[in-house]
Amino acid sequence: MNNPYLPYPVRIADVRVETEDKNLRSYWLSFENKEDAAAFRYEPGQFAELSIAGLGEIPIGIASSPTEGDTLLFTVNKTGVVTTKLHNMQPGDVMGVRGPLGKSYPLAASEGKNIVIIAGGFAVTTLRATMVWLLNPENRPKYGDITFIYGARAPGMLLYKDELTAWQGRDDVRCHITVDRPAEGWDGIVGFVPTVTEQAAPSPDNAVALVCGPPIMIKYTQPVLDKLGWQADQILLSLENRMKCGIGICGRCNVGPYMVCKDGPVFTKAELDHLPKEY
Amino acid sequence: MKARTEKIREIAKRLLHEGKVDVVIGYARGTSPMREQPFFARTPEQADQLTWSSFCVGNTAKSLVQVARAGERAGVVAQGCASRNVVGLIVEKQVQRDKVVVIGVPCLGMVDFRKVEAQVARSEGRRVETVEEDGEELVVRGRGFEKRLKRKELLRDNCFTCQHRNPVLADELAAEPTAETGGGDIDKVAAPWEKFPAADRWARFRETFQDCIRCYACRDACPLCYCKTCFVDDARPQWLGKTQDMTDITSFHLMRAFHCAGRCTDCGACESACPQGLKMRRLTSKIEKDIRELYGYSAGMDVQAVPPMASFRPDDSDDFIKQGGEQ
Amino acid sequence: MITAYKILGKNAFEGFFGSLAQGREVYAPAQKSGKIVWAPMHSAADVDWRLDNTDMSPKEFFFPQSECLMRFKNAEGEGGRVMVPVAPLATQRVLLNIRPCDAKAFRLLDRIFVQDDMTNDPYWRDKREKTILIGQGCVNPCPECFCTSVGCGPFHEDGLDILLTDLGDRLLVKPISGKGLAMVKDLPEAAPGDIDLAGKIMAASEAAVKTYPGFEPKKLAGRTVLDIYDLPLWSSLYETCLNCGTCTFVCPTCHCFDIQDEVRGEAGRRVRNWDSCMQKLFTEHASGHNPRGEKRDRVRQRFMHKFTYIPMRRDGELGCVGCGRCVRFCPTNIDVREVVRRMGEDVEAKSK
Repeated sequence: MNNPYLPYPVRIADVRVETEDKNLRSYWLSFENKEDAAAFRYEPGQFAELSIAGLGEIPIGIASSPTEGDTLLFTVNKTGVVTTKLHNMQPGDVMGVRGPLGKSYPLAASEGKNIVIIAGGFAVTTLRATMVWLLNPENRPKYGDITFIYGARAPGMLLYKDELTAWQGRDDVRCHITVDRPAEGWDGIVGFVPTVTEQAAPSPDNAVALVCGPPIMIKYTQPVLDKLGWQADQILLSLENRMKCGIGICGRCNVGPYMVCKDGPVFTKAELDHLPKEY
Repeated sequence: MKARTEKIREIAKRLLHEGKVDVVIGYARGTSPMREQPFFARTPEQADQLTWSSFCVGNTAKSLVQVARAGERAGVVAQGCASRNVVGLIVEKQVQRDKVVVIGVPCLGMVDFRKVEAQVARSEGRRVETVEEDGEELVVRGRGFEKRLKRKELLRDNCFTCQHRNPVLADELAAEPTAETGGGDIDKVAAPWEKFPAADRWARFRETFQDCIRCYACRDACPLCYCKTCFVDDARPQWLGKTQDMTDITSFHLMRAFHCAGRCTDCGACESACPQGLKMRRLTSKIEKDIRELYGYSAGMDVQAVPPMASFRPDDSDDFIKQGGEQ
Repeated sequence: MITAYKILGKNAFEGFFGSLAQGREVYAPAQKSGKIVWAPMHSAADVDWRLDNTDMSPKEFFFPQSECLMRFKNAEGEGGRVMVPVAPLATQRVLLNIRPCDAKAFRLLDRIFVQDDMTNDPYWRDKREKTILIGQGCVNPCPECFCTSVGCGPFHEDGLDILLTDLGDRLLVKPISGKGLAMVKDLPEAAPGDIDLAGKIMAASEAAVKTYPGFEPKKLAGRTVLDIYDLPLWSSLYETCLNCGTCTFVCPTCHCFDIQDEVRGEAGRRVRNWDSCMQKLFTEHASGHNPRGEKRDRVRQRFMHKFTYIPMRRDGELGCVGCGRCVRFCPTNIDVREVVRRMGEDVEAKSK
């Protein structure tokens, strides 16, 4: 039996500054041991604890898709001690990863359906994983229409720009990339995610929506989906409570009868409707 | 005690009825023997639940901060020590004088339930089920036994050496003033470390705090502890480790004690709240004594006073502050 | 299987103690400056049969307040970063005279620390597997005890290896687990009279556990989370709470923890420490957002976790064994029995 508290050693393979404010950086991590890579079997929507001995751990959604090989991608916002340290680390540095943790988006159960992805700010990480997974030639034929709505404050705050451009160039994805207000050099959509969602008007017929973003975005996107006829059990949301153990024991992320780390972080809107708003 | 209870209820009802206060903070009967609970009466009817006994060991001034922050005008049932804490809160500008009505209770000292248990031999499996107050005695009953105990022998350590049993500040009085002191000599017991040889002090110090479980009940029961973020909770930077290492435990207690310097009224709420029976007054009482001897100051005696730890005079006999400033 | 009751004279206890202590550390309640604490027993004479339950629960034996999960070294260069889990428990242990309520609490915690392949806490499991629990039927319930109201009892057997009943000069020994049976197989059989006597003691003790009028957790069963979350009592109950962690720390079923790293030079350790839902920091995000930012939310969380959330997830089992410690030690006398009574009252008022 593995010790679930022990991180796998990983090496930083690549670092990329994602945003103009330099607060978000992406890290490609490769496992030090082949058998760890094999043991780390994950699906889009799951997260992991990034572990820096001496400073602690931080739960972060996995931004890579298992279809991309053994290297893991995490995009990290600089907020606390662990993430600040991470922002000072370089390719070649060794750290730890513990996981995969939590439940994934129900992609297998959604086969044959249309997929609508609505993302705001840097919560796009696990939805990037989902997009990459869905667009993989092995998976793409199993799904209907794919709609991808993603907004950021400003053009310089959009993550994964090269991929966004590539997805916009495809004819099997409807991409709606938006920024909050007009900006020099931006000729794309301008407007908040709820407004853009309303304009894009994704149909609820035979569809699921994966929604991830700041609370304010979720709050205003919800009535839009309601108006378009979406049912609560078609909408999947990912919660971000504070976590420590990541395996449903330490109690920190408890909301109602659930431990977000183990029973979530992905919940249907229908499930959340029966929970206290303690997230 | 019964007369005090009745008078407290009468005053509280009147204040609530006349709309002079929104709430009266006092004590109500506890659910188990030797326990009373803090109680917030918001209607004259609720005032009938107020009580007074030998087990009102919390400090009502603690709740006053919360009520004041919510913008309510409060009546507060306060014996000598709690009234000094009300004064302290006014001095420290946490409470406005005109938003509080002090219902003063001349105090006969509170009883330490652990001392009662020790006397009825908890070790032999005897459990106190009821306690009745009968003048200077407590009648303690449990399955198969009844004992009469002398109140004087059961007082909390701080009540035994209390210097101000009568309220320092009172808008109403629930009883005639009583003897001002508890009868014990505070200077004999205030600084227990001083009687140990220097070589033993470290061991005694560790022994005093080794059973701490870091629940912070001492801090949370203390009317001086109203900071919105306590140093132990601060995460950036984290001042203190969170483990059971003696370094972390003793650092917590030392820092807490020093934070109370010149402010502590020796109300004993910390020791009464501790589930492990720690004697944290061994630290605070030493500091209290030093402040008294070095500055001639006792906390919470005067709403106009400037606390010694919050002031500096150019002719201060110690010049370390000036030196610090010049370097 | 017919239970073979055994008898153990207190004058013969020394021999039995010797067999217990063979390759094991033996712990039992002992007195220490006015408190009753768990202490190592070096000889049979150290065991004090008269003592009540301990002030702190024995959960420390399986889930220490501070527990090192791993040690690490952060030296620069290849192979410099080493993470090593702490070694398993070196010796077997016996907890003698543990009370049935505490043993039952650990059965509940077994279901939380060990759930499946992923949620399988090796530190908890190791110590549980290496510890034998010899219970003593509780003949002297405290005024704060309410075990019989939460599906437990002074002679409850769940989680024990052996249950002892003190008959004065001798102990009636009831083996419960296979491990327990193996330990007592050489003891003489008990006489029917002794078994009867123990039965009478048990009945008297069960009757002596105070029921608290109106404490009826079953009134909460079948209600939705939001039904209970929105009850009126929460808007006033919190007022006198100090938000200290005493109730959670003395509780045998509270299991929340924090994980912290500590470093000195290049070496360090990752430690888990008891934490408490009463602390504001418990749920606070780095951004400052706090899902349970108000005292009211935190007080509600503690009671709902034990009386709503745990039962919803553990087949109706309550997160409380009725040991009464939180009642006894709450600095402001917030009494779980009274809280649950009021919850029930509010729920009924709501459905009218």
